Amino acid sequence: MTDTTTSTEQPQRKAVALISGGLDSLLAAKVVMDQGVHVEGINFYTGFCVEGHTHAIRKKDKEKQKRNNALWSAEQLGIKLHIIDISEEYKDIVYNPKHGYGANLNPCLDCKIFMVNQAQAWAWAEENNFDFIITGEVIGQRPKSQRKETMPIIARESGAEDRLLRPLCAKNLIPTLPEREGWVNREEMYDFSGRSRKPQFELAKKLGFEDYAQPAGGCCFLTDENYSKKLADLWAARGEKRYELDDIMLLKVGRHIRPKKNFKLIVSREEGENNFLRGYKKEFTSIHTVSHGGPLTLLEGSFDKEDIKLAAQIVARYSGGKAAEKVTVEVENFEGSSYVMDVVPMQPHEVKEKWHV
Amino acid sequence: MPKISEHEFQQLESELSLADSLNCSRLLCPMPVIKTQNKLKELAEGEILKILCTDPGTMADIPTWSRINDIKVLGYAEFSDHTIQFLLQK
Repeated sequence: MTDTTTSTEQPQRKAVALISGGLDSLLAAKVVMDQGVHVEGINFYTGFCVEGHTHAIRKKDKEKQKRNNALWSAEQLGIKLHIIDISEEYKDIVYNPKHGYGANLNPCLDCKIFMVNQAQAWAWAEENNFDFIITGEVIGQRPKSQRKETMPIIARESGAEDRLLRPLCAKNLIPTLPEREGWVNREEMYDFSGRSRKPQFELAKKLGFEDYAQPAGGCCFLTDENYSKKLADLWAARGEKRYELDDIMLLKVGRHIRPKKNFKLIVSREEGENNFLRGYKKEFTSIHTVSHGGPLTLLEGSFDKEDIKLAAQIVARYSGGKAAEKVTVEVENFEGSSYVMDVVPMQPHEVKEKWHV
Repeated sequence: MPKISEHEFQQLESELSLADSLNCSRLLCPMPVIKTQNKLKELAEGEILKILCTDPGTMADIPTWSRINDIKVLGYAEFSDHTIQFLLQK
C-alpha cells in the first residue's frame, strides 16, 4: 500500500472494488471514483457463481443475454477488472464455515470474509500497491452476512481492518482510514440500511445508470435450496464433504435420480443439456436410447450390471419409448467400449419420488 | 467488434504469427476469461494468442474483457464444429 504520510500534494489514492456484477458494488465503486480515487475491480470465481455457467447450457436459455455482469459493470465504470479463480481454496469455506451456513449450504459470512481477505492480499501486494478496499455492502441488506454486527467481523477477520470502506452505508459505521485521512469525503458517502432497494435505485438514477443486473436470489448457487440439496446428497453418498469442480457444475444440469445409495443418474432434460453432458462421456459411464429418441444420461458412483439395468429402465422411462414394450439402449463406459441392451421402460409411478434429488 | 466468418478467420490466422494458443473447450465463463487473462500475462506486448472456446458466452465476455484491459481482438468466429475461436493481440 502507498505511504499514508501527508504532504501538500497528496498522491492519487488507489482502491480495489469487489465487483459482483450487481447494482450495489457498481454504485459503491462509482461513488469512490467520483471523488478522484483510482479504482480497479476484482471479481472472484468460486465455482458456484450464477454469473458464469447458467445460460450456457440449456437450449431454452439460448436467447437469454449471456453477458457477464461483473465485466459489464467494469465496462460501465471504465475500470479494469481482475477476475481471480479461487475455486480450489474456496472448498474449505464450503466444507467448514466458521460462522455456519445460512438457510441452505451458503456460507455467506465466511465467504465475504474470505473474499475481502483475498482482495486485500491482492491489493496490498507490492506490484499492485492499493490503499484500500471497497465493497457494496449495506447494513441489513442480507440476513446472514450484511448486518450491523457482521460488518466489524468482516473487517477484522479478513485482515482489511479499517482499510475496508463501504460507501453505501459508511455514515452508519465508524470512520475508516480513507475517511479519517481525507482520501474520501465521508460527507459524500451514504447511510443506506435495511432490505429496501429504493435508495440504490435512486442513487443509480442520480449517477446515470439505467441498465443494471438485478439477480433474483443472489449470485451464488449455494443460496438455492434445490442446488444445496443436491450437494448435500453428493456428500452423503460419498460419506464426506468433498467435491471437484466438475461435480458442482454437473449438479446444476439435468434430473438427478438416486435409486440406490451407491449411484445416481444425471438425466438430461433437453438438447442443450445433452450436448453439455456429452462432454463428460470420457469420464462417466453413459446411457443413451437407440430405438427411440431420448436423453443422454451419466451414471455417477459405483454400480454393477443389475444397477446398470435399473438405470437403463429409468432412462427408457424418460425417452420417446416410455410407452413401448421395450427400449433399446446403448451403455458406453468412459473408455469407449459399449454394448446394447433391451429394457422394459419403468412406469412413471415406479420412479419413486424419494429417488429424485 | 470483428466477428468474422470461419473462412476469414482461417485466412487471418494464416497471415499471423501466433505466440501461443489456449484450449478452453468445455469450460464455461468466466473460466475462459480467467485463462485468457492469465495466459496473456505471460506474453509480450504485440504478441498474438489464439483461443478456442465452446461456451457461447465467450462471444460477449472475451471482447468485453479485452476492451476494458486494452487488449486488441483481431477477430473471432463461430466455427461449423460449434467452437468459437479468437485471435487476440496483447
